[in-house]
Amino acid sequence: MGEDSESPKINHSFLRDYVTEADVISTVEFNQTGDLLATGDKGGRVVIFQRETESKGECEELGESGEYNVYSTFQSHEPDFDYLKSLEIEEKINKIRWLPHQNAAHFLLSTNDKTIKLWKVSERDKRPEGYNLKDEEGRIKDVSTVTSLRVPVLKPTDLMVEVRPRRIFANGHTYHVNSISVNSDGETYLSADDLRINMWHLDITDRSFNIVDIKPANMEDLTEVITAAEFHPHHCHLFVYSSSKGTLRLCDMRESALCDKHSKIFEEPEDPGNRSFFSEIISSVSDVKFSHSGRYLLTRDYLTVKVWDLNMEKGPVETYQVHEYLRSKLCSLYENDCIFDKFECVWNSNDSVIMTGAYNSFFRMFDRETGRGVTLEAWRESSKPRAVLRTRRVYSGGRRRRGDVGVDSLDFSKKILHMAWHPAENIIAIAATNNLYIFQDRVNAENQ
Amino acid sequence: MFSKGTKRKFSDGGEEISEEGLVGARVASSYSLQRQSLLDMSLIKLQLCHMLVEPNLCRSVLIANTVRQIQEEMTHDGSWHMVTEAFCNAGQSPSERLVATEVLCRSREQDAEPKVFSVISYEGCREEEVVADETLCSVSVRDTVSNVYLAGRMGQCWEKNELSGIERDEEVLEDSRLGSGEDEEINTEDEASTEGPKTIGQVFGTFEIKNGSPGPDSALEELFSDVDTSYYDLDTMLTGMQSAPKMGPYDLLDSLGPSHGSPSIVSTPNCRSDLNELDHIMEIIVGS
Repeated sequence: MGEDSESPKINHSFLRDYVTEADVISTVEFNQTGDLLATGDKGGRVVIFQRETESKGECEELGESGEYNVYSTFQSHEPDFDYLKSLEIEEKINKIRWLPHQNAAHFLLSTNDKTIKLWKVSERDKRPEGYNLKDEEGRIKDVSTVTSLRVPVLKPTDLMVEVRPRRIFANGHTYHVNSISVNSDGETYLSADDLRINMWHLDITDRSFNIVDIKPANMEDLTEVITAAEFHPHHCHLFVYSSSKGTLRLCDMRESALCDKHSKIFEEPEDPGNRSFFSEIISSVSDVKFSHSGRYLLTRDYLTVKVWDLNMEKGPVETYQVHEYLRSKLCSLYENDCIFDKFECVWNSNDSVIMTGAYNSFFRMFDRETGRGVTLEAWRESSKPRAVLRTRRVYSGGRRRRGDVGVDSLDFSKKILHMAWHPAENIIAIAATNNLYIFQDRVNAENQ
Repeated sequence: MFSKGTKRKFSDGGEEISEEGLVGARVASSYSLQRQSLLDMSLIKLQLCHMLVEPNLCRSVLIANTVRQIQEEMTHDGSWHMVTEAFCNAGQSPSERLVATEVLCRSREQDAEPKVFSVISYEGCREEEVVADETLCSVSVRDTVSNVYLAGRMGQCWEKNELSGIERDEEVLEDSRLGSGEDEEINTEDEASTEGPKTIGQVFGTFEIKNGSPGPDSALEELFSDVDTSYYDLDTMLTGMQSAPKMGPYDLLDSLGPSHGSPSIVSTPNCRSDLNELDHIMEIIVGS
């Protein structure tokens, strides 16, 4: 996948035009089949998109593939207030995770800083008609008017999508929840905040097990926080969590109830040549993802994405520079707080390509086989529906080509923090502030 | 016999050496300046948290670690000692204190450990003795200082998160800063011992040096001679000051402000930078 051979076509399923703060998308997640795509925003709303099923005759064509249209919208979290601390609790949805599909309904977990909720998304396309005691509008009938009995029948109606909260997992966290991860056992999930990780059973809301606690006895000694956590995709006893110091800890729940002691710790020694006051900050891992195979870990820190082999703790097996040209700008980025931006990273379906976001509406894809990276842009001005996405370049020295963007003209307010990759196909969902872009790869449609 | 225009061999070497030395010193001082400005920036970042929502713990921890790192480095290469020495020489009397509240650092009890500097605070000014004369606000030191240790109590901030202390206190403090009328919110719980991330003692340390000590260290003056003061808005600062209620430190700062041109104030550029720093801090506290 070189710079010129990558040519996904754009399929703008949904673009919002207004730019209120509440509309800023804060998380994006495909379900396990990829038919549903959920987004959460700062206003506490969740929007679910559904992929339209392709009509039979068009499967073979390189042109048509299902588009994503809005399926359901609901308010997941409301702004809250912590009376004890006199502080507001933001309704911003930090993470959404789908549960494995088990019956007709879909379930997802959504969380804000403090409370995790389990939502049931179900369809209703029939309704019973012919009640004996109620009339068509649902009003109770006068019994004296009933002369005969009949059996109500189900009649088809317009499709209705109902979303109901099924569980509310509250009061489990003192600090801000940054991750949730559903276990492969299908029964439990973990939630991680800055200092603790809890394990919940999906059916039990009043109790959770604390499995990691890195809060020091004396808070003065706090120098490291948990930044992300995830269960292993296949082994229900393994999970990993990342820290602000750039370490990854793999924990085995079989070893002890409290997994403060890691089974493995993945850490790359610092490069003395690149040392600066910002070294620690830029080494902080903002996202960690297991590969689909379960063999590798993908991490994102401020300037790079790294692939780690679970069998090798001393360093990553691959490192990709996302925007190395920012290294000389770290002081300004510290001043304007951009250095604290938390970018996500994702694998593609067969773990051959990794993707992460950057500034100026750019996002980067790296082909692990060739080691090459490409920069793409999620910006509607430069793209039309079904147009081919062209690659971009940031000029930071050397030969400048036409279309290159200078480092100083990057827009740091346009950050691509959240994204998702379809579990089976080359379809990606990119959140750019309040806009959602869905890109599909037409060249290799179904089997990449 | 040398003519003015031509270089002599000896003086060539001498000049070069001294130039090199000068360049080296400039590089070093430029690094120190950068480091200093980074430190100031970090301290201000820690101080200016979002008051309505709990601040991001990860960000606070990273900034605090950066501050610690700078402070450790400064301790190692001696610049911290210079600050401290001048401090000691400043001869602060017990009355020259700005006392800490929950916003400030507590000085450590351990003897071996360096002491922590306190930082100016609204409530402290109100209830405690404040600098009453024209000498500048000094930083209160609980015991004799041999070394300055910054940010020993940053963790208190996060501790208080849990105990509903710091955030609320900060908010309360911020409220009292932001609104001159909202005095009722002053928190008299006065956990004077606790609360870390707002330590800006070093700022005050240098400030003290410039104005209180009999003979400011020339090395330090050189260090700060090129400090970029554009970061601080002096005007809003002064505006805030003048509208503040009559109080020791405020009077003080008014008299210190460049607009007053008090003759007792050394208006050298390095002094001004520290003034600006203090002004900026005061602005935060008082709320311009």
